[in-house]
Amino acid sequence: MKTIIGLEIHVQVSTATKLFCGCSTDYQDDAPNTHCCPVCLGLPGALPRLNKKAVEYGLRVAKALDMRVLEESEFARKNYFYPDLAKAYQITQHDKPLAVEGTVEIEDDEGHEKIIRITRVHLEEDPGRLVHVTGASKYSLVDYNRSGIPLLEIVTEPDMRSPQEARRFLNKLRTVLEYLGVFDGDREGGLRVDANISLEGSERVEVKNISSYKGVEKALTFEVTRQRNLLRRGQKVARETRHFMEGRGITTSARGKEEEHDYRYFPDPDLRPLRVAERVAEIDLPELPTARKNRFMEQYGVSLNHARTLTGDPKLADFYEEVAHIDPALAATWVADTLLGELNYRDMGIAAVPPGHIAELLELLKAGTITDRAGVQVLREMLDACVEGRPCEKPTAIVKREKLGRAAGDEFTSIVQAVISANPQAVEDYRSGKEGALNFLVGQVMKETRGRADPRELRRIVSESIKMGGV
Amino acid sequence: MAGTLNFSPDDRYNAFITTCREAPFGDGALAGVAIAVKDNISTAGIRTTCASRILEGYVPPYDAHVVELLRREGAAIVGKTNMDEFGMGSTTETSAFGPTQNPVDPSRVPGGSSGGSAAAVAAGLVPMALGTDTGGSIRCPAAFCGIVGFKPTYGRVSRYGLIAYANSLEQIGPMARTVEDVSRLMSVIARYDPRDSTMLDRPYDHQPSANISGLQVGVPEEYFGEGVDERVAENVRDAIGILEDLGATTVPVSIPGMRYALAAYYVICTSEASSNLARFDGVRYGPAVDTRKTWHEAYQDLRQANFGAEVRRRIMLGTFTLSAGYTGRYYAKAQVARRNIARDFERAFCDVDIIAGPTMPTVAFRLGEKNDPLSLYLADILTAPANLAGIPAISVPCGRVDGLPVGLQLMGRQFEDERVIDTAFAYEQEVRA
Amino acid sequence: MITESDIEHIAELADIGISKDEVPEFTLQFNAILEYFEVLDSVEGEGAPAAGTTNVFREDEPRPSLPQEAVLANAGSTEDGFIKAPRVM
Repeated sequence: MKTIIGLEIHVQVSTATKLFCGCSTDYQDDAPNTHCCPVCLGLPGALPRLNKKAVEYGLRVAKALDMRVLEESEFARKNYFYPDLAKAYQITQHDKPLAVEGTVEIEDDEGHEKIIRITRVHLEEDPGRLVHVTGASKYSLVDYNRSGIPLLEIVTEPDMRSPQEARRFLNKLRTVLEYLGVFDGDREGGLRVDANISLEGSERVEVKNISSYKGVEKALTFEVTRQRNLLRRGQKVARETRHFMEGRGITTSARGKEEEHDYRYFPDPDLRPLRVAERVAEIDLPELPTARKNRFMEQYGVSLNHARTLTGDPKLADFYEEVAHIDPALAATWVADTLLGELNYRDMGIAAVPPGHIAELLELLKAGTITDRAGVQVLREMLDACVEGRPCEKPTAIVKREKLGRAAGDEFTSIVQAVISANPQAVEDYRSGKEGALNFLVGQVMKETRGRADPRELRRIVSESIKMGGV
Repeated sequence: MAGTLNFSPDDRYNAFITTCREAPFGDGALAGVAIAVKDNISTAGIRTTCASRILEGYVPPYDAHVVELLRREGAAIVGKTNMDEFGMGSTTETSAFGPTQNPVDPSRVPGGSSGGSAAAVAAGLVPMALGTDTGGSIRCPAAFCGIVGFKPTYGRVSRYGLIAYANSLEQIGPMARTVEDVSRLMSVIARYDPRDSTMLDRPYDHQPSANISGLQVGVPEEYFGEGVDERVAENVRDAIGILEDLGATTVPVSIPGMRYALAAYYVICTSEASSNLARFDGVRYGPAVDTRKTWHEAYQDLRQANFGAEVRRRIMLGTFTLSAGYTGRYYAKAQVARRNIARDFERAFCDVDIIAGPTMPTVAFRLGEKNDPLSLYLADILTAPANLAGIPAISVPCGRVDGLPVGLQLMGRQFEDERVIDTAFAYEQEVRA
Repeated sequence: MITESDIEHIAELADIGISKDEVPEFTLQFNAILEYFEVLDSVEGEGAPAAGTTNVFREDEPRPSLPQEAVLANAGSTEDGFIKAPRVM
């Protein structure tokens, strides 16, 4: 049974000010109702003024998604009554959005290239934020800091065929938006998703209130199961709106409250129409994820998997390019595998790491001054210090302090001799052909050198010593 | 030259909702001049009610642009004037603060919705006042009270701070006893404000000139049809005759779209109003909404208790005309009709420079006389077309019928406000002489 | 023809309260007005493209916001800097 999924994504674009007034968008940690003015508060007599940058960002997205920008675009009022909607209408775009008919390339579940069609992209304002107070008295508390924040709404055709495909689409879209510089991935609540899902032949269900893009796969997987179970029992899937409860990973019916709303759309008489189609030609797009991925493979000889990982986040890709000159392959492994792993473990972002420090580390590794194992230790110590807010110690300093420099060959000789003397049985086993015995002996040496020696070199030294020794 | 003006008027006609007994003033073109401001224009620190209970207690934290300009030129803002609730009316009878009386005959209405401003000027309480005009709300009370009232070209005066009734139709405008004072006030308030996106940068800086020799004046048949009181029509024709004496030539013109004008006007203004007035939910301002109830119940109850019947009627009309299934029949058609009317005027203005006719079909009626909504709407028939077309229009007194003032209405091309003022000035100077 | 029940439905849609005794009068008045509006049925022509200005913008430069006290000053009831509103179901 085919699954049919379409998405409606709301993105808070990273302008400095709100869509229709000069209040700053940087309200995240501030007290409620401290980023408001007569316009976003909906005071009587206030008038909207359109943020030019928001339109430019919208056009950038439209161009990146290969969309057709309408000759004439206009703002409309969507009328409904809710405590977080200051004017009792949302200024949005209805009949004449900014752009239509675009595409995004993803991989389907079989790993083949697939096109997801984008129906439309338009600008609208965010309402305020409601906090529900329950208890003896029940009421709402409203914070209008978010009222008027610019949103880009991106609507897809129902082209996705599985929750996994939906997740891949969202990852790709999010990456593209970050590359375009129009979206800040670290902003809480910056990307919200509504999904439409149906099983072929059945009614369509709308799922709202998905505020993390990881929640999308969870919500849709739950829905597919729920709908399949209904049909299996011989029941029908009701056409309805459901809410996603992130904590419990389930969707619940919105209790029939979401009947067809009559929003009474009409063009907003306080704003003038937009004629911006010609401006698209002047827009210089930055290098987009797919192009960058291909360039990394070509220019740096990086593997497909590494290229994908590195270009999946523009900041990570930038970081890589700053250190790649030392040794592209070495840098790729260390950045995409080791560093990323250590960062994820500590819930840290790449922004916390000074590229110069990693460059230094790579140089030490390349020159053979330290072993891989020592390198990992240096990295961990460095990152731990960064997390705890102490200044980021440089790798060379750490190496010196912890005496992690690769041990010179002579230093070993005595240790190797000592180990060989102490383990005659193992030496005998090795001579009679048991490779495992060599590992044991090398392990003993490693213990004594506290990992400062390179295991491969050690094997050579030990086996040579044994051959030469002839005890 | 800064100071404080003491203002304690004998407000027997109920022209004011709020008076500022000690009004500060400063230096500038209006230094020390007492100006009354209609109570739908935001004044920081001075309560602003739109003559409605739903704004009870509301004190704006900001000034409308025109108020900033008045203050900058040293004017003394002495009070906020009475009006029809939210501007919805032509008689000032729907005010939650009681009606205003016409100073010429206190048993009669002063007109509306800027009735308070007109009465304050006509009674000599202030020399000038600001009004607003959506479908005739400056010109109608000017005509009924026998003063001068001017509606500028749409987009010439900032609407920032004007509590919206019908955004695509309304303008703030000057009211005074003389054309010269109207022009003087216009020079102060008609300055560009980037906060109003519907405005154009066309400042008004004009000294009225009485020379209208060579002016082509159009006289539309639709303005002298049935429904217009014959004696009013006669007064106005005489006034137009005086324009001819002054060197103008009259030309018959026609505005065929007039037959749709009133319907188009009321569909558009009620549609916009139904959206504009939805924000009064008692949460951020106004009488506190009852937070023990649920949202919809609380919101509905608040609106029922605090909006008058006419406001609720118009909100419902506008909700209906925008609703699914009806918006094509009403709202869309009204916009087409509006554009046709605008084009009719453009065509007429190919042959003439000014269009002249009566401001109102009758003189002021008695308080309480008209209580049928539709018949009241019909009173706007001669004034609403100028709002639909966005053109400048003035009402200047031209005689009396039964002792009650008659208004001569002059309309001009978009952004030719100066020419309209000049024509009115020429007429006024002639009849005073 | 609008019926009394239509009037009640429109009042619901507009979230505006009208009392039971207002309904008959409103219904009559509504019908008279809508009858007058019927003249629009004969309007000819299509909507013309918008005349007037286009592309009216503002630069993306922050301006001072109102202080919190000013935002809360006209509100009926507040709590910890939030504005209180009736509960939504």
